[in-house]
Amino acid sequence: MTRSRWGWRMIEAVGLTKRYGAKTAVYNLSFQVRPGTVTGFLGPNGAGKSTTMRMILGLDTPTEGKVTIGGLPFRQTPNAPRQVGALLDAKAVHGGRSARNHLLSLAQLSGIPARRVDEVLGVVGLQDVARKRSKGFSLGMGQRLGIAAALLGDPQVLLFDEPVNGLDPEGILWVRNLMKRLASEGRTVFVSSHLMSEMALTADHLIVIGRGQLLADMSVTDFISTNSADFARVRTPDGEPQSREKLSAALSGAGAQVLTEPDGALRVTGLPLPRISDLAHGSDVRLWELSPHRASLEEAYMRMTQGAVDYRSTVDQKAGLTQQPQPGFGAPRQQIPEVPQQGFYAPPPPGSYAGAPAAAQAAPTAAAPADPTKPEDPR
Amino acid sequence: MIELEGLSKRFGAKVAVDRLSFQVRPGVVTGFLGPNGAGKSTTMRMMLDLDNPTSGSVRIDGRHYRELAEPLKYIGALLDAKAMHGGRSAYNNLLCLAQANRIPASRVSEVLDIVGLTAVARKKSKGFSLGMGQRLGIASALLGDPEILMFDEPVNGLDPEGIHWIRNLMKQLAAEGRTIFVSSHLMSEMALTADHLIVIGQGRLLADTTMAAFIQENSRSYARVRSPQPERLRDLLHTAGFTPVEVAGGALEVDGASTERLGELAAEHGVVLHELSAQRASLEEAFMQMTAGSVEYHAHGTSDPGRSAPPGPRWGEGPPADTGPRWGAGGGSGTEGI
Amino acid sequence: MASLPAVLQSEWTKIRTVSSTIWTLAAAFLVTVAVSAALCALFRSTFDDLSPAQRLTFDPTLASFSGMTLGQLAMVVFGVLVVGTEYSSGMIRTSLAAVPQRGTFLFGKLAVATVLALAVGMATSFAAFFLGQALLGEHRTTIGAENVLRAVVGGGLYMGLIALFSMAVATMLRSSMLSLGILMPFFFLVSQILAAVPKAKTVARYFPDQAGARIMQVVPDALGGTKVPYGPWEGLGIMLIWVLVALAGGYAVLKRRDA
Repeated sequence: MTRSRWGWRMIEAVGLTKRYGAKTAVYNLSFQVRPGTVTGFLGPNGAGKSTTMRMILGLDTPTEGKVTIGGLPFRQTPNAPRQVGALLDAKAVHGGRSARNHLLSLAQLSGIPARRVDEVLGVVGLQDVARKRSKGFSLGMGQRLGIAAALLGDPQVLLFDEPVNGLDPEGILWVRNLMKRLASEGRTVFVSSHLMSEMALTADHLIVIGRGQLLADMSVTDFISTNSADFARVRTPDGEPQSREKLSAALSGAGAQVLTEPDGALRVTGLPLPRISDLAHGSDVRLWELSPHRASLEEAYMRMTQGAVDYRSTVDQKAGLTQQPQPGFGAPRQQIPEVPQQGFYAPPPPGSYAGAPAAAQAAPTAAAPADPTKPEDPR
Repeated sequence: MIELEGLSKRFGAKVAVDRLSFQVRPGVVTGFLGPNGAGKSTTMRMMLDLDNPTSGSVRIDGRHYRELAEPLKYIGALLDAKAMHGGRSAYNNLLCLAQANRIPASRVSEVLDIVGLTAVARKKSKGFSLGMGQRLGIASALLGDPEILMFDEPVNGLDPEGIHWIRNLMKQLAAEGRTIFVSSHLMSEMALTADHLIVIGQGRLLADTTMAAFIQENSRSYARVRSPQPERLRDLLHTAGFTPVEVAGGALEVDGASTERLGELAAEHGVVLHELSAQRASLEEAFMQMTAGSVEYHAHGTSDPGRSAPPGPRWGEGPPADTGPRWGAGGGSGTEGI
Repeated sequence: MASLPAVLQSEWTKIRTVSSTIWTLAAAFLVTVAVSAALCALFRSTFDDLSPAQRLTFDPTLASFSGMTLGQLAMVVFGVLVVGTEYSSGMIRTSLAAVPQRGTFLFGKLAVATVLALAVGMATSFAAFFLGQALLGEHRTTIGAENVLRAVVGGGLYMGLIALFSMAVATMLRSSMLSLGILMPFFFLVSQILAAVPKAKTVARYFPDQAGARIMQVVPDALGGTKVPYGPWEGLGIMLIWVLVALAGGYAVLKRRDA
């Protein structure tokens, strides 16, 4: 083998496109997922995440372009289960079989010793229910079983679709640490999730898609600073409103954008902390707080997907809200909205599921079962 | 307001909920936390009179659930996103609920609009994704415009916009003076949503406190200061009786000091500060600390929050065993085994 | 307390908005009428091959209900699904949260479904009778003949009670699969087979379907059947007792068990 170990572990998509009839689910997607880091895969519902993951695993065939793992399409990878592990759908298990037998059947398919089955069951904490039929498993237990299956071949490349679904706090922390550890062992870890706050704690690198197209491919830190502004929280002594006014004026004079937070602190954008400190000193104002704040990943993500061309059909949504007789539902404005440009906004458009013309193009099907791989209870 | 008094539930020999007493008050979002199997779902089902308590009682605005003539007008609940008939359309699923509580049919369209399902209102709900099912469940909770709302894992299956939306919806409903009770496993999400927390473990009440107090009581909080005159600052802090610890990047971490006190101190002595921020542990850390510290959990000898891989939670009675660390070692041996 | 008209309206919405209602009831009607008609046509063409005793006791009314053995199974499915899907879908929790008075809830649900089943049962019974008689040619009877109207109305009642019995059983078992797994073989196989076994027969005739079906006979001991120790209305009464016992069991389960 001339390929380096590095190359073996890389997921690479080139011009990846998938059409279902007239609908384009994924369009001209090119990215690389590198080993040694946890790469997060983000995008709204119907953006094409699951389709992309299915194409990586050779479950769906690309209409155009290709996606390879270590240079080879998944289907040509020799002994693929030993190279690539995936958790796509926790419930993709024969319910009548015990957890252990399910894993055993998978292990036998790829020549993995039975000993390894008990090992991974221990890893995911299912050893006590290993001989129970998986039908009675909770979502969280099913999720653990799915993770066990992914780890079975001790693969170098791992894909997880919504791995923390149904897990409890310990389980969530465990999965997060597991993914980080797998990455630190030099493996390639590619994980999709809708939980921004969770992703911010787990991923180092992000690939964001919207309407089947690449929106961003960068580190989490870069993503946040590119898509939102850092700010400083500044608090002057309580009971001295005049110092706050004085400081606020000085900061605005220096070109900062100053907003007041509900507890009276100032949110200052556009000036570095030392400069704020100097200005406070210059106006003879004592500070009770001067803390740097970085916008949340969620905030950054919201801004980015907002900007994504006509993804969201916000207009009629707001109309719907204003018809609401309950006083509170009508777009209340917080003093400082979490995501400034939208405040309290309508739920994601039904279009992101179905129906609306904007998203119909992005969603694999216009009808409700938008994505067959979505974690979906059969009921 | 929801009041629980000595609520207990036994399944055979197993005590799922053990003498639980607390109140859920209006005007705030109350988070309901606990590990899997702690009895959260059973408690919520008993609140809705779906499960019969072995002993104790639940009162909704002072009355038993069964005494409510049209309960959806008092309390709306999202318990299980899939608790709808899949062969029926979203609209009809809500319509039959509305009719049972004499809620006008126009309200059905209204709530479908609120949750953004208008376009698929006539589609059978069995084709819905988890996220859409969740929205339908939220719509059913809002149906009677109730003063009390309960949500069990509301963000399940929602995408980022949906998560953001439901979070703001809950805050908004609380701001209107409604009682909002929400359970979740997502600590980071809960930290952004809830004002008050009720934590249970093994069916027992572990905490009933505000979010801020919970974090403060269950984790270390400290202040971080940074100065262009680090020597002077360190001396000053030592003189004032603090023991600052220098961390990477030249900042000092000071335990047991408020930023107010440090700000005054620096101003008094003319020390320039480039940062003065209060550092709080995350809700997750606090939660792990608490559940690890609670007696029940020690019995199983688990969960040191500081450890990189806390073991999985217990399924039923089974001890978790130190699976996490084993993987650390097992990664290599696994490879050898193959 | 929850208002009963509201609950009835809600249950009516539930029942009319699922497609299983249409296809089970349509199947009950079509299967009964079609199979009865086919058998009536067969009786007519083979009447002369029957033994003299059978010819003497030929019951044209009962002959026109001969498809009900098969058609009632669709009624069983209807009854089971009305209740069972509440459990299999998880809707029961949503429903009980809306109507926590479980007696009112059960009464409303069963009342609506039973009235519907009775209406379809009556239509089925009359249609099967008239079509069957038309096909029997010279062996036919008329609706005005003695006891015939009783038998035809009884056929409708029988269908309705079979549905109600199935609903009650499903309420007790809280599962469509389990209820169908017990009721279908029971009505289609066990009851029919036992009724043909000499000793078991004496027990089998007290089974709900065997006892209830007595109301559809105009000629006692038709086609060489054995004599039963109860009349048509007593037979229906026995069936009704079965139904009431099942209902009591179902109510007790719903009342006590966690949803």
